[in-house]
Amino acid sequence: MEFKSFVFYLFSLLAVFGALRVVTARNPVHAVLFLVLAFVSAAGIWMLLEAEFLAITLVLVYVGAVMVLFLFVVMMLDINIDRLREGFWSYLPLGATVGALMVLEMGVILAGSYLGLFEHAIGAGSGESNVKAVGRLIYTDYVYPFELASIILLVGIIAAIALTGRKPKAGNKAIDPAQQVRVKASDRLRIVSMPIEKQE
Amino acid sequence: MLTLSHYLILAAILFAIGIVGIFLNRKNLIVLLMSIELVLLAVNTNFVAFSRFMNDVDGQVFVFFILVVAAAEVAIGLAILVVLFRNLRTVHVDDLDQLKG
Repeated sequence: MEFKSFVFYLFSLLAVFGALRVVTARNPVHAVLFLVLAFVSAAGIWMLLEAEFLAITLVLVYVGAVMVLFLFVVMMLDINIDRLREGFWSYLPLGATVGALMVLEMGVILAGSYLGLFEHAIGAGSGESNVKAVGRLIYTDYVYPFELASIILLVGIIAAIALTGRKPKAGNKAIDPAQQVRVKASDRLRIVSMPIEKQE
Repeated sequence: MLTLSHYLILAAILFAIGIVGIFLNRKNLIVLLMSIELVLLAVNTNFVAFSRFMNDVDGQVFVFFILVVAAAEVAIGLAILVVLFRNLRTVHVDDLDQLKG
C-alpha cells in the first residue's frame, strides 16, 4: 500500500473514532478532548489534500481557541451528568439507523458517479504555494466577503460580551462609557483670554 | 491511489456521526454544539477535497469563511449557554420550556 493511502486511512480512522466518542462519551470533558482528536486528524487529512493554510488554521483557530472555549464552559458549568444521559440508549436504534442509512446513500452515490471522475486533476498543481494562492484570492476576488467575515467576528465578540457581561454593582465608582464619550471640551476646560505680558 | 471518493466518503461518515450525535444527545446542549461542529467539519472537508481535485482554490476560501462563521456561532452559543446556566442552573433541554406559554 502506498504511504499516502496509509496516512489517509490512519487519519480517517482516528477522525471517525474521535467523532464517535464525541457523541457517546459520558463525560463532557472527554467529549471535548475527543473532538480535539477528530479535528487534529481532519487537519492531517487537509494537509494531505495540500490545503496547508487551512489545516494550520484549523489547528490554531479550532483546537487552539474554540475547543479551549468549550473546555472552559464545560468545566465552569457544574453539570449533573446522569440526568443528561436520560433516554440516551432509547434514542440509539433510531439515531444509528438514520446515520447508517445516510452513509449508505452518500456512499452509493459517490462511489457510482465520482469514482475516477476527477483523476486527471491529480498532481496538476500550479507550483504556487497554497498560502500564496489562498491569500491572493482572499485579497482580490473575495476582499469584500473577507471584510464581512471580520464584521461577523466583531458581532460575535459584541454578542458574547453583551450576553455574559454583568451590570456593575451599585456603589461601583466606574464611569458610564456613554457619558465619557458624550463629554465636550467645554465641560472640562475653560479657556481664559489674558493680556500678553510685556517681555523684557 | 486516493481518489476524490475516499475523501467524500470520509466526510459523509463524519457528517452522519454529527447528525447521529444530535439525535443521541438531544438533552445536552454542549454536546449538541459539538455535533454541529462535526457536521461543519465534514462539510469543510468536502470543500477542501473538491478544491484539490478540481484545482480551484476558491473552495478553500469558502472553508475559511465557514470557519469564521462557525467560530462566531460557537462563541455566541456558549455565551447563551453560560447565561442560561446562570439563570436556571441547568443545561438540560427539557428545562427550557419558558416559551411554552
